[in-house]
Amino acid sequence: MSDETDDRPAASTRTLELVVAALLFVLGAIVIADSLRLGARWAEDGPQAGYFPFYIGLLICIPAMVVFVRALGDKARARKSFVGRKALRQVMWMLVPSIVYVVLIKLVGIYVASTLFIGFFMRRLGRYPWPATLAVAVGVSVVFFLLFEVWFKLPLPKGPLESWLRLD
Amino acid sequence: LAEIGSLIHGFGVALTPFNLMLMVVGVVLGVIIGVLPGLGGANGIAILLPLTFTMPPTSAIIMLSCIYWGALFGGAITSILFNIPGEPWSVATTFDGYPLAQKGRAGEALTAAFTSSFVGALVAVVVITFLSPIVASFALQFGPPELFSVYLLTFCAFVGMSKGHALKTIISMMVGFALAAVGLDTVTGSLRLTFGFTDLLKGFNFLIAVIGLFGIGEILLTLEEGLAFKGARAKLDLGVVLQTWRQLPRYWLTSLRASAVGCFMGIVPGGATPASFMSYGVAKRFSKDGDKFGSGQIEGIVAPETAAHAAGTSALLPMLTLGVPGSPTAAVLLGGLLIWGLQPGPLLFQEQKEFVWGLIASMYLGNIVGLIVVLTCVPLFAAILRIPFSIIAPVILVVCAIGAYTVHNNVFDVYLMLVFGVAGYVLRKLDYPLAPLVLALVLGDAAESAFRQAMLMSQGNPSILFANALVGGITTLALFLLVWPVLQAGLRRAKAA
Repeated sequence: MSDETDDRPAASTRTLELVVAALLFVLGAIVIADSLRLGARWAEDGPQAGYFPFYIGLLICIPAMVVFVRALGDKARARKSFVGRKALRQVMWMLVPSIVYVVLIKLVGIYVASTLFIGFFMRRLGRYPWPATLAVAVGVSVVFFLLFEVWFKLPLPKGPLESWLRLD
Repeated sequence: LAEIGSLIHGFGVALTPFNLMLMVVGVVLGVIIGVLPGLGGANGIAILLPLTFTMPPTSAIIMLSCIYWGALFGGAITSILFNIPGEPWSVATTFDGYPLAQKGRAGEALTAAFTSSFVGALVAVVVITFLSPIVASFALQFGPPELFSVYLLTFCAFVGMSKGHALKTIISMMVGFALAAVGLDTVTGSLRLTFGFTDLLKGFNFLIAVIGLFGIGEILLTLEEGLAFKGARAKLDLGVVLQTWRQLPRYWLTSLRASAVGCFMGIVPGGATPASFMSYGVAKRFSKDGDKFGSGQIEGIVAPETAAHAAGTSALLPMLTLGVPGSPTAAVLLGGLLIWGLQPGPLLFQEQKEFVWGLIASMYLGNIVGLIVVLTCVPLFAAILRIPFSIIAPVILVVCAIGAYTVHNNVFDVYLMLVFGVAGYVLRKLDYPLAPLVLALVLGDAAESAFRQAMLMSQGNPSILFANALVGGITTLALFLLVWPVLQAGLRRAKAA
């Protein structure tokens, strides 16, 4: 999609292809190494723990190598944009807050974190006025609280606010 | 015909007020999931699975399978009204559905899509009703080598049938197997690939992978493409429905062909998405209006929708009878069965008759409920799509996070979900297919244990996979499918030369 717009590429598809193939190769190598550590051969009592994963590792490494080598010579993919700068910025606006959100879950509980997360999005991307933002963000969390804690009796992570309100 | 008797008994199991309510809830949830970006059949069911742990298994599977039917129906709504396929299998529906909607004939297009979906599903359920007991009793004779060869067939079929890069399909599948191997090896008791991290002892749960890869990855992709919902108005009244129904019998041959393509692609793990494209292509070639396809032909909706729904439904046949799911969603349902303590496979048909026939009966009922719900509630579902993305995106992420947490009540899983999400985004953009990864992750342990037992039987000699006609036949077919792309390319080159 991003090829047709004037969105300048942040990275070419070939670069990403090479990086991912290399990472997959490393992953396969790790699997092989660990299988060898456990023993990938035939013992007295049957196959050792690494017998099956050893071949899995091989079947990751070899195709990854072929994909890597093919991508090296692929001029068309070198010109093709993997992601445009504008698009990448959009993705980051989602991804970075999401990372903060999952870290917050452990610290303040999932309900407070969700309220902050939804509120942040509505203010930042949607530019909603404060009252609407507060209503939706708090409302969604309250609905989830009733749904999970009261109806399904599935306790989700809670933080200082809930213990202060004696809700846990 | 013992099947009819069992089926009638199954209707008795499925037709309780509680189960009927669950069907309606499931279908409505499923359509919402199918309509929303970032939520689909597979990860929607993965998120809701933990909520069903306390229900009786039959009720739970009825609700979850109805979510699946709902998601299959829902994909068509976004395709036709917004030209945005809510699910990959409804891409082909946009070709003729959206042009029709632009001409102000959205009602007809939707009615045709829903009715065709229903017909496709019905044909597939009939196939399941009569074919699965046969497959199951046949599979009762399977030992570990046969079982492994069936797994081999499933995975080789994925490589051979995949439209994209065969090597990338293999890599994606093997990564799934590698992830499945992480954790405690139950046979030898040794720890594999954990590197001292206690969080990895239990291994990777496929539900987390599904929620991350399909859910989070999808949201990131949607964001990048920039969402602009410019939808056609949806009005569905009884007049339009009846008028369209009068036209539809004209396309009985198209429906029949589409159902056949769909059932075949669903049972052999090809999946709903290739089935819908294939069926669209076939219909285009055989129709006398073939050259008008793409400009808004009802027939161009009938073909892909019938096939997608037939494939999605018949994917449950190998899941129930052999324990080998034909699609990611079927894989998630299989995971659910395991969690409820039910081992899918031929024995299920003997030991859990009530469960199996209740489920099959619920497929008939669920699709009738689904047809009624989607025909009556289109404006409601279209309204959901008009909720601004800046609200719906964080809410979907919150839902995914809750879903990931409830699998094991572990916050670490939520971190993992995000990692899988980023991986899913990058891999999808590089054309690595994700379905084989999920299937391998679900089946990894079972496939490995079948392999080990087979190898134990033969003292490590792989020729056991050709020991008799049955296992040899399946293995040969598997290998043939595996090298099919190479053969095909060779043939084409030979023809060109």
